[in-house]
Amino acid sequence: MFPNKATVESLEDAAHMAEVQGRSLWGDARERFFRNRAAVVSLIVLICIAAFGFLGELVAQWERDFVDFSLMGANATQGVPSFETGHYFGTDASGRDLFARVVQGTRISLMVGIVGAMVAVIVGTLYGATAGYFGGRIDGIMMRTVDVLMSIPFMFVLILMLVIFGRSLFMLFLGIGLISWLDMARIARGQTLSIKNKEFVEVAFATGVHPLKIILRHIVPNLLGIVIVYATLLVPSMIIFESFISFLGLGVQEPNTSLGALISEGNKNVGNGTPWQLAFPLAFFVVTIFAFFFVGDGLRDALDPKDR
Amino acid sequence: MTAYIIRRLAVAIPTLLILVILSFILMYAAPGGPFNSDRPLPPQVLANLEAKYGLDQPFWKRITTYVWSVTTQFDFGPSFKFKDRSVNDIISQGFPVTLTYGFWSFIVAVVVGVSLGAAAAIRQNTWLDYLAVGISVGAQVLPNFVLGPILIIVFTLWLGVLPGGGWNGGQWQYLVMPVIALSTSYMASIARITRSSMLEVLNTNFIRTARAKGLSPTRVIWKHALKPTMLPVISYLGPAFVGMITGSVVVDLIFSTGGIGQFFVNSAFSRDYSVIMGITILVGSLTILFNLVVDILYAWIDPKIRY
Repeated sequence: MFPNKATVESLEDAAHMAEVQGRSLWGDARERFFRNRAAVVSLIVLICIAAFGFLGELVAQWERDFVDFSLMGANATQGVPSFETGHYFGTDASGRDLFARVVQGTRISLMVGIVGAMVAVIVGTLYGATAGYFGGRIDGIMMRTVDVLMSIPFMFVLILMLVIFGRSLFMLFLGIGLISWLDMARIARGQTLSIKNKEFVEVAFATGVHPLKIILRHIVPNLLGIVIVYATLLVPSMIIFESFISFLGLGVQEPNTSLGALISEGNKNVGNGTPWQLAFPLAFFVVTIFAFFFVGDGLRDALDPKDR
Repeated sequence: MTAYIIRRLAVAIPTLLILVILSFILMYAAPGGPFNSDRPLPPQVLANLEAKYGLDQPFWKRITTYVWSVTTQFDFGPSFKFKDRSVNDIISQGFPVTLTYGFWSFIVAVVVGVSLGAAAAIRQNTWLDYLAVGISVGAQVLPNFVLGPILIIVFTLWLGVLPGGGWNGGQWQYLVMPVIALSTSYMASIARITRSSMLEVLNTNFIRTARAKGLSPTRVIWKHALKPTMLPVISYLGPAFVGMITGSVVVDLIFSTGGIGQFFVNSAFSRDYSVIMGITILVGSLTILFNLVVDILYAWIDPKIRY
């Protein structure tokens, strides 16, 4: 009746093997992500761009707000990008080093994108999870509010705000944050609706865990996958959005700059024979956006198996 | 269906009111009045000006007057900077322009986007598919304020075939570049949505049945596949429309077309609050109206929807 030794051993082996082969959801996702070549390359590119934005000033030969008066007006002939003068990307119309300015523009654009996405993720996830978890009338009121806010053209309201309260980076962050959480709240709510009927939430509820704790400990962690995917796709749209505002001249103010402001400036000077003023910021902009899209796509394939 | 439309209207109207009140409060909270300038006006002149524009009234009186005149008479009041023009004059000058190129951009985005996406899905994994996906990925990283200058460089400076800006009564030469700049990224999104939606539809049972009973491929696609494919596309049309109206700000700036976007930005710089508010409310109402139309269209097309 007793199992013989061989069976026990084979069972032990099997148990051992299962332990070795067992992979977490995250491990699985990581492997899927690293198999996607475009996503991995884009991730490396992104790391390089971030390093450029945050460490580039160590390489720059000139201060970003140093105005070289000898170059003013002679920008098209004297301000050409070259290694000898130390102006790697040339100079802008006021004789400032474009390399240092692109470094700063990249940094500010990345920061706006990431901070905007973070605000969206934190506010949106908590809001959506709360609405989804409680359901009923609370859900109705909360999501109706989102619907109402969504149908307001926020680009125009943001410009109105920037005009009225002055143009500052803080205002820009606030305005972008105000707009961006709405979609996130919808996505988080949809996911929460399917999670809240799972057994582990029921158990937590039955043992008397506080609703707030259920949301934070049991629901939000299970939303993480889709939240991360959405956040990565949100960063480039935040960057585009900020660039759009800066392109209008309402975003980041001098002496600070962003990629959008630099593109706008390059665009104005395109007839003056200084194509580098448009080319370098544009190149950084396009590459950054591309990289974020590919990383986001890769993450979606890795973390969201049904959307393939 | 009627009940559904009424219910949707019941949401749309308060939204509109909130928008009007919100923009009024924003303007009211603004530090400094519209007549503050570097050279301070004599106090009596200022008092007269404020009395003329009704700025000396208390908050509640001003907000009710404003909301009332906007909602019942569509009167956005006088402009603070252009002494002889009202906000309505400015809107009626700029809005037809915006509407013209907005309309064509919308048509181009939908027609090209849907055909590109559908063609890519029908010929999945051929060069046509890769080309369509490539275009839509590329177009997504080229926002209109990047695409606009590139178009000018290519078509005006290099080839010299199209005028670099202006409107000239809306002749087609002046329309081409604004429409391309405005429609491209939405065209790309529509192509992407159409492609994935079409792929899904082509794998369903009723398409297999249609093929099995011997219908021609063209008939299967036009008669059976296209309608369900369009559902997600239609729900994207709302955001696309909003984006096009917003994008008009950039188009006006780059191509000097003279639409409401140009007035909006100029007023933003000269702190002409009544014009900014008027345009914000106009665009907001259009957005709400359009979303309503899209929702009703959706409910009408999709037999599965409960309303």
